[in-house]
Amino acid sequence: MEYLNIIFQESYKILFLLVPVLVSVAMIVWLDRRVWAFVQKRQGPNVVGPFGLLQSLADALKYIFKEIIIPASSNKVIFILAPIITMTLALIAWAVIPFGAEQVLADINVGILYIFAVSSLGVYGIIMGGWASNSKYPFLGAIRSAAQMVSYEVSIGIIIINVLLCVGSLNLNDIVIAQEEIWFVIPLFPMFIIFFISSLAETNRPPFDLPEAEAELVAGYQTEYSGMMYAMFWLGEYANILLMCALGSILFLGGWLSPIDLYPFNLIPGFLWLIFKILFLFILFALVKAIVPRYRYDQLMKLGWKIFLPLSLTYVVLTASYLFYFNLLPTN
Amino acid sequence: MKITRFLKTILMTDFISGLFIAIKELFKSKKTINYPFEKGKISPRYRGEHALRRYPNGEERCIACKLCEAVCPAQAITIESSQRDDGSRKTTRYDIDMMKCIYCGLCEESCPVDAIVQGPNFEFSTETREELYYTKEKLLDNGDRWENVLAANIKSDNPYR
Repeated sequence: MEYLNIIFQESYKILFLLVPVLVSVAMIVWLDRRVWAFVQKRQGPNVVGPFGLLQSLADALKYIFKEIIIPASSNKVIFILAPIITMTLALIAWAVIPFGAEQVLADINVGILYIFAVSSLGVYGIIMGGWASNSKYPFLGAIRSAAQMVSYEVSIGIIIINVLLCVGSLNLNDIVIAQEEIWFVIPLFPMFIIFFISSLAETNRPPFDLPEAEAELVAGYQTEYSGMMYAMFWLGEYANILLMCALGSILFLGGWLSPIDLYPFNLIPGFLWLIFKILFLFILFALVKAIVPRYRYDQLMKLGWKIFLPLSLTYVVLTASYLFYFNLLPTN
Repeated sequence: MKITRFLKTILMTDFISGLFIAIKELFKSKKTINYPFEKGKISPRYRGEHALRRYPNGEERCIACKLCEAVCPAQAITIESSQRDDGSRKTTRYDIDMMKCIYCGLCEESCPVDAIVQGPNFEFSTETREELYYTKEKLLDNGDRWENVLAANIKSDNPYR
């Protein structure tokens, strides 16, 4: 009886986290399309609901009623498993995101490592989908996506090391609290830029959307998917984008901390500040999508391995030596 | 040269100026319209759906001269006529095959009595082909429905004819 109670309690907590996340994923798709359209001086989705806010729900409804087509030559088990894995992995990473000093589902000591591990696993969903489709475009798209995500994960890992050197803890709440004096975006500004660009590549957003480059690969690994399975890929993708935005605001923009600890600002609860910061980063994501052309594949790899990796490694050395020389290394 | 180029790359000046242009464009007015709810402006000379007009007393304008039938490059118009009891010549049949029609406006130009005109309506798509074989009744009905607009358009275009 006792453990059943615990299970129910935990399930409620998870629901309280996941439902807002899924709803905000739907809203963020709308925001993305709307910002994109506005930059191009179009109207964007504005028919369903007020300002078109319910557009994503209408889309989801359409996807639910569509037929799920499974290609005859596909590996059926893996084909069905792939979108499920993508979406699950995109959602479970939210467990460690702190929305306030106490508002975190799992306050584990290795939070950042957990997020890093889960987002690395995300590549499995894509490569499984591409391989199980047994079709050329999905396969090429999946290979591209896998190579791209792995290479940019390296530079993201090293950027995170920069932050960890300044904090001395892998707990995300500790990382936020360490930024009480100064947000890491100021001392680590070049790293913030590289983190932002790497997270664009990590989430397959333009200008790094080569896996879905419609001119060459139809729709990449999603080509053979239809109906709800396509929608799950799509949900997972946007949940991942949201997660990268949340990670960026926790690592560099002070998470749930208010920008200045003054009277009108510190009344606003922490999770609202986190949401503002996530939205700010996401609007940047959307603007970048609207203004940049797509990279060529060799340029993408060159950027990842020959520029970002050496730059972030150099910055690790700089940060470490600066902290060591001025005896600022965290002691716990 | 090389140094400026290097600095430009490192500081991403092009990217940042592009970002600011995007933000500036974000708040400008939109170039597209909400089509079914808003419609673009249409010239008085717009060559849309055909209509047969009437005189204010309700008499058909068409005198069955068949100039439009003769001039029609797509041969979309079919006219049959007979003499009425009062001695006037009127059409008994006036068909336009809207799928043959190329909307060139020659019928409207050739008409000596401004009977056949092309109105501003462009939303007359149908689900079957049969509905696009317009008969005399349909064309007269169009004329009655759009008469205000048609008369105004012809009047405003009159100085240029």
